[in-house]
Amino acid sequence: MTGWTRQDIPRARSAVTEPVAAGMEAFAQSWASAIIGTSYVPMTKAEVVDHLRGLTELLVEALLADTFRTSAAHEVGIRLVEAHFTGTETLDRTVQLMGDELLIELGRDGEPHLRSRIAALQGSLSAGYAQSLRERTLDEQEAIREAVLDARDHAEAALRASEARFRAVFAEAAIGMGISDTDGNILEVNQSLQDMLGYPASELRQRNLRSLMHPADAESVWGFYEQLLHGERDHFRVEKRFNRRDGQAVWTHLTISLVRDDDGQPAYQVAMVEDVTDRHLLQNRLRYQALHDPLTTLPNRALFLERLSKAFDGGSIGPRIGLCYLDLDGFKVINDSLGHDIGDQLLVSVANRLDESVAGDGRLVARMGGDEFVILIEGSTGTQSIVDIADRVLDSLTAPIRIDGHELSVSASIGLVEREVSGTTSADLMRDADITLYWAKADGKSRWALYDPERNAREVARFTLSATMPAALERDEFYVDYQPLVRLEDSKVLGVEALVRWQHPEFGRLAPDRFIELAEETGLIVPLGRWVLRKACQQARRWLEAFGDATPFVSVNLAVRQSRDPALVNDVKSILEEFALPPHLLQLELTESAIMGTADEPLEALRQLSGMGVRIAIDDFGTGYSNLAYLKHLPVHELKIAGSFMEGMRAADGADPVDAKIVSTLVSLAHALGLTVTAEGVETPSQAERLRKIGCDAGQGWLFARPGRPDQIEALF
Amino acid sequence: MERPEIDLRSASVARIFDYYLGGAHNFAVDRELADAAAKLMPELPRMMHLHRRFLARAMGHVVEQGVTQFIDLGSGLPTPGGSAEVARRLDPSSRVVHVDIDPAVEAHGKRLLDAADSAVVVGDMCDPDAILDHPETRRLLDFSRPVGLLLVGVLDFVGYDVDLPAIIARYRDRVVPGSHIVLTNFSVDSHDEQYQRTEQLYRDHTIDFHPRSAAEVTDLLAGFELAEPGVVDVSLWRPEAVVEDLDEHPERSAVHVAVGRKP
Repeated sequence: MTGWTRQDIPRARSAVTEPVAAGMEAFAQSWASAIIGTSYVPMTKAEVVDHLRGLTELLVEALLADTFRTSAAHEVGIRLVEAHFTGTETLDRTVQLMGDELLIELGRDGEPHLRSRIAALQGSLSAGYAQSLRERTLDEQEAIREAVLDARDHAEAALRASEARFRAVFAEAAIGMGISDTDGNILEVNQSLQDMLGYPASELRQRNLRSLMHPADAESVWGFYEQLLHGERDHFRVEKRFNRRDGQAVWTHLTISLVRDDDGQPAYQVAMVEDVTDRHLLQNRLRYQALHDPLTTLPNRALFLERLSKAFDGGSIGPRIGLCYLDLDGFKVINDSLGHDIGDQLLVSVANRLDESVAGDGRLVARMGGDEFVILIEGSTGTQSIVDIADRVLDSLTAPIRIDGHELSVSASIGLVEREVSGTTSADLMRDADITLYWAKADGKSRWALYDPERNAREVARFTLSATMPAALERDEFYVDYQPLVRLEDSKVLGVEALVRWQHPEFGRLAPDRFIELAEETGLIVPLGRWVLRKACQQARRWLEAFGDATPFVSVNLAVRQSRDPALVNDVKSILEEFALPPHLLQLELTESAIMGTADEPLEALRQLSGMGVRIAIDDFGTGYSNLAYLKHLPVHELKIAGSFMEGMRAADGADPVDAKIVSTLVSLAHALGLTVTAEGVETPSQAERLRKIGCDAGQGWLFARPGRPDQIEALF
Repeated sequence: MERPEIDLRSASVARIFDYYLGGAHNFAVDRELADAAAKLMPELPRMMHLHRRFLARAMGHVVEQGVTQFIDLGSGLPTPGGSAEVARRLDPSSRVVHVDIDPAVEAHGKRLLDAADSAVVVGDMCDPDAILDHPETRRLLDFSRPVGLLLVGVLDFVGYDVDLPAIIARYRDRVVPGSHIVLTNFSVDSHDEQYQRTEQLYRDHTIDFHPRSAAEVTDLLAGFELAEPGVVDVSLWRPEAVVEDLDEHPERSAVHVAVGRKP
């Protein structure tokens, strides 16, 4: 393999004498100097010298042999090459050195027969060297050529195996695959694609990708494809429908990739097609299920909201939109009495009737849940159009529904909203329809109600007031005005009625009619009434200190709920004590109904109050229903005649004789029972004069004073 | 799949090296390019000799440290003075894995090398894990013992776009302490006109050449303890007499070399 490893060279000892050995050593040294560097040999200089020493021995032996033979020189030439002394100058210098120095070093320079032997040895060495180098070169050439060819064969075999594998992958893949040229002409398709589309490969190869366009394809599909054709896009992935040869539709995930050549130019298109028809159908079914009510098969709330928001996201059919929010009347009763099964069947029947009666373009009937349905009318043409639909719906429900032998009559209440799409939102629309449905229910059911923004505003305001009232009471937004009760005989102020006001931060000063009713509904009237009572008593105490005996009583209204409050007596007592107010300076006003309609307990409370010395007055007397016989058993001190009777006593001459007669009778009655009488709503001097003539004790009204702040009222004391 | 190019019409670095070393494992196309390059830079063949001699000296040092298994990255053709031969001479039980990107090296090596103590792996030295995990590598070498990493005459052909420090670090991390690295890289002054023309000549034959500075070479050896005398010119790394004899112009050898040990 490598020729340089030292080998023992046989020595012919006979020819080697001392001077000859010295000469050989000198020659070997010179030889090494001459040829080192002419070739690459992986030896140190000492190793080179060692090697050449052996070769020198061979040469000298042959030179001095009795029988001259040149074969040793031939061998030396071979060994030089084996030691990798293959450089071009190596032989040149070796031959030259042999001729110039070998005989001189051996001290045999003058022997002609040796000179001719040298020439022969030079020739033989050169021949051996040339032969060996030639063989070595041919061997190495052969070796490297075979190596390269082997490597290439190996690579080609690997390539063929690789190609075979890829072909198998292409042919056997479960996914459909096809290759087309840059114009879209189909070149190859695999079995899966043939199966998927129902065309044999021979037929597909005749076609162009564009011929597989489907009318339902999204525009983007072919837009992407154009970009791919122009090399602007390397791949795209879309969901696309294909028509099978038998006409059936196949839904696929299609990926088309552009394959470029070494220069980056488009070379092929590769399509991968995955059949997702089953998945697609399943998705459709799941989507249907997600968006429809399983009982009635109507669209459900989700679908309705989707359509509604689409209508508001620029997808509206027309500029206006309408909503019918429908709720069955009394459905719960049917459900509870006949069972849910009947209830469900009823809902199905109602759903069918709704669907039949309003079906049409731009109309969506949906079940919102329970017995609530909604009809969305896109592109409505005005209030009348939606009212017509509501009428038709109510009409469709008039015929009884037969279920399992039951004849069920159902009715529905409908809230209607119809307006322009712009300027409202889907949430507003829903909320207003919901409110309006509530109105329809509140107005008596089996009817529709049309959304009325003013009514809504009122209710919103009412709601706002009632919601903010508790906080307002804590924040001292209420205050009390006073209106005098004046003795008709001499205009002396006998008492003042406490009238609560609300200084609302948003709505301004509010009269009691705006909030007392609300307070009664919410129950806040009890703490509010107590607050007024306390304020009035506090004021009375101040007046008592200022005016002494001239101090008028304060008359405080007592609401029905207050009169039934078990804590009433204690509250009054503690408030009077708190301000050390003599009880006779307090009058409580109750309406007829509050007193007459009461059971024993409240009456007992009034008796106790009366017993304490507190005055009790019946307010607005004559407008309710009074049991006159009962009146005399009541702990009452005064009647206040309702202002409505004053109407007929306005003009001096044209007075209504009936009103005057009634007032006159009431006064007589009161006096008969030992009660004083105050007329409310006195506005003119003639009214006052007539009342005085009748014998009425006192009057209250604008003629004497409007309700005012305490300091304004004091001036009249 | 990666398909190595086998083309008899283009020159091969491995065969050019062989030619410079006096071998005949080469083709006309290799010799033409080698002769043309040598005309521009007459010291090129001598540089090849210097590489081989350094390889022998460095391997001698490494074997003295008790390391007898080697990975010769970018081995070239296993011709005279190659790592297999040197190793066998130093210690008959040595083992050498030859790695070269040229598939012909593998085919050639399989003919020349004894399968018991050497192997040839076709691969890219820039993918350390692929080389170290190659079945032939695992077959021949015992990674629980130190390994000698030989990178002689190969980094010159690794481009600057490759993160060479990271690659060498990966080799370093995967061998046990006591392992060695033997490394060379041309340091030719890139402004030298002859060099530029030579480089262009190689490039025309799709062979790119990448000299590196001493600092860059030192960076490559991060994590190794350098054997004396550190990063030096090839003619100055523990020279022997024969080298001095050959080396008439040490200043023109211009090859950085170093031997390092993983502590």
